[in-house]
Amino acid sequence: MQDHTIISKAHYRAGLRVREKVIELFILCNGILVVAVLIGILVMLLIEGIPAFSQTSVWDFFTGTKWYPVSNPPTFGIFTFFISTIVVTVIATILAIPLGVGSAIYLAEIAKPKIRETVKPLIELLAGIPSIVMGVIGLALVTTVVREAFNLNTGLCGLTAGIMLAFMSVPIVVSISEDALSTVPKEFREASYALGATKWQTIIHVCVPAALSGITAAIMLGIGRAIGETMTVLMVAGGAIALNFSPLEPMRPMTAVIAAEINNAVRGGAQYHALFAIGLALFILTFFVNFAADQVLERQRRKFAR
Amino acid sequence: MNVNSTATANNKIKMCARSVNVFYGTMQALRDITLDIPDRTITAIIGPSGCGKSTFLRLFNRMNDLIINARVEGDIKLDDMAIYAGSVDVVDLRRRVGMVFQKPNPFPMSIFDNVAYGPQRQGVQKNELPDIVENSLKQAALWDEVKDKLHQSGLSLSGGQQQRLCIARALAVEPEVILMDEPCSALDPIATLKIEDLMRELVKDYTIIIVTHNMQQAARVSDVSAFFWMEPDRAGVLVEYGPTPQMFSRPKDKRTEGYITGRFG
Amino acid sequence: MITVMSAQSKRHNRTEPIAFFILGLFTLIIVSPVIFILVYILINGIGAITWDFLTQMPSMAGKAGGIFPAIIGTFYLMLGTLLCALPIGMFAALYLTEYARQNRLVKIINLTIVNLAGVPSIVYGLFGLGFFVLTMNIGMSVLAAILTLSCQALAMMIASSREAIVAVPREYGEASLALGSTKWQTIRHIVLPQSMPGIITGAVLAISRAAGETAPILTVGAAFYLPALPQSPFDQFMALAYHLYTVAANVPGISKTTIWGVALVLIAVVLIFDIGAIIIRMKARQRRHE
Repeated sequence: MQDHTIISKAHYRAGLRVREKVIELFILCNGILVVAVLIGILVMLLIEGIPAFSQTSVWDFFTGTKWYPVSNPPTFGIFTFFISTIVVTVIATILAIPLGVGSAIYLAEIAKPKIRETVKPLIELLAGIPSIVMGVIGLALVTTVVREAFNLNTGLCGLTAGIMLAFMSVPIVVSISEDALSTVPKEFREASYALGATKWQTIIHVCVPAALSGITAAIMLGIGRAIGETMTVLMVAGGAIALNFSPLEPMRPMTAVIAAEINNAVRGGAQYHALFAIGLALFILTFFVNFAADQVLERQRRKFAR
Repeated sequence: MNVNSTATANNKIKMCARSVNVFYGTMQALRDITLDIPDRTITAIIGPSGCGKSTFLRLFNRMNDLIINARVEGDIKLDDMAIYAGSVDVVDLRRRVGMVFQKPNPFPMSIFDNVAYGPQRQGVQKNELPDIVENSLKQAALWDEVKDKLHQSGLSLSGGQQQRLCIARALAVEPEVILMDEPCSALDPIATLKIEDLMRELVKDYTIIIVTHNMQQAARVSDVSAFFWMEPDRAGVLVEYGPTPQMFSRPKDKRTEGYITGRFG
Repeated sequence: MITVMSAQSKRHNRTEPIAFFILGLFTLIIVSPVIFILVYILINGIGAITWDFLTQMPSMAGKAGGIFPAIIGTFYLMLGTLLCALPIGMFAALYLTEYARQNRLVKIINLTIVNLAGVPSIVYGLFGLGFFVLTMNIGMSVLAAILTLSCQALAMMIASSREAIVAVPREYGEASLALGSTKWQTIRHIVLPQSMPGIITGAVLAISRAAGETAPILTVGAAFYLPALPQSPFDQFMALAYHLYTVAANVPGISKTTIWGVALVLIAVVLIFDIGAIIIRMKARQRRHE
């Protein structure tokens, strides 16, 4: 009986060892799969995007201002769209930085716990509002406000899109900035108070500088979000394809071009490849913004790591 | 209770360390430790904090494997098996060398499930579990206190009871050696004495190695003591090793004497 | 000297309340639209919500009838994304937290997660179209949309799973290993049960995001108007988010109430899951603090 138990236990453990190996391999595969997805996206964009440059040179593609995808021969220049993306992103960022960083400071340093516990879920809800809903709201309400305020023919313009994007990127700015502020050690604040500094002086001269790389990363991630946002800008930016630098004119950011035209483009045709090439440009743009943000964030993490 | 007079020299060697060095990255944590652990005795590892006592203890069940960058040189044996050999299954080793931690850490599950956890992972049949749980809890002197509430959470017990539950949990997998890493440091004096009595009871069947910073405890409970010291480069070394009564009454090394008298003073 | 100091502190006494007021105002500016948007959609959309609206097929390009297939389509997308992205995300998180040594692969995976989270949603749409629909030849379908949304949800799934797994006290895992349990037994019986509330919270948030996504699905099979339920994973489908886009931007002469009605249903679905997740997490945190 005793022998039997020992043998069966040994048998059981041998089975366990095999199972461990199989599971470890399986789990490793999942990790690799994640990397494969990102690489797959890049490869897909390259495969379908690069053919676009057989007809249009890379230089003409990025600096050209004419986008006539269905003319014969077609012309593909995305400079207009690129400028639109820049303009709406800049507006969004100009609005999101003070609102986002200011709120983060308020929540992390000033607000009473009760207010903080109420406001933080609301900001999370803001992040959770689908971009299509923001688009519909922008279309129905904000366009009217902008049109009246600036006495325009149409409220569908870069400014409206920028305002909507500001609200969509602000939750990221708030949450990452607040995280950064809350990692600043309590001792720093106490030391400042002990020297007779007021709360405001402590915030400006101690907390914010100490959390600066985290706040910078937060802003960069917010910018990344604004660049990539699609449905809202598709609906409220106006969609004009003439080159414009004024935020009060209709615009057409890169994401909106893809969303508006992909379903009408002939698969494998010149327009199809050109849209993938825009996707490739967006991918590279957001990749660098996010990569840089992560590097800056890593510095913040290391600063107070114990 | 003159336990310390038990002749330890006659016992066979259960575990031993030979010229062991441990490195964390480039920092040396332990230097050239050679030490025998006699069977069915309590060996106390004492010394100032930071001298590598816990690191040394964790060598015997290879818990240091979990630390990235840790590197072990030298030989450690359980009976005749070199436990750092490539062929050794760490899981098997840890089944034979159990461990009780500094802070009582019952799993957030029922008392029964806590004790049954180890055997279940070993593939023990469900119908055998109640006996194993009862025996283990009895050995850990906890049975009478918990027999009517086996299905309450292990976390509902007092600190001392939790630590005895952890001992019962370790006993349930029928180990040969039990490592105890300052098992009483989070407990009150009464709970501490209970655990010490329990250890004296357990040593009849098990080999116990205990790390403690409490000199009185080492003197009360152990048969053999090993005194560790931290050298200027922060590496831990073994200063002195011998039967506990001898070490506490006639320490050979000045550092041991200073530490013991300082602690007792 | 003393007078200088007191003058200075007087000035600060004035600066501080103003500064705090402005920061509080900023917070109000970003929070009040949330409430305003929700209330506005509720007031304008509630008139459209009838039993028929929720359970009938649409007719006349969505101008009449209900939105039943869009609700069911969104439900399929959420369920499919959960089933597909949750296991992969959880196991990838386990790899990062429990199995990987600090090697190059970990750095690469971490970098991948950061960047997957930042890829624009329309680029996921392009990827889904190019890879799932055409290369894998799945076709414009529910399945292609689920796979596309799953790719997008991965980053969030991994990040939240990892956070939940790391929060499990080390002592539990050590105790289990010290009892001679294998690594997987420790994960299966200690780590996963302990981290499950956190993992579920993250998963719920991720699928509520997926429910609101429009750009990734408009390229891979979301139908403009399809008064039928998908009969297999390879059929096209309607979804609330895309339906809202079509009725708001592409169907002329539709009643405003219908548009807000669709928006209300969409936001209700998203918020119910969001609020659910936030509550689960607050409960779990409270329990940990007790």
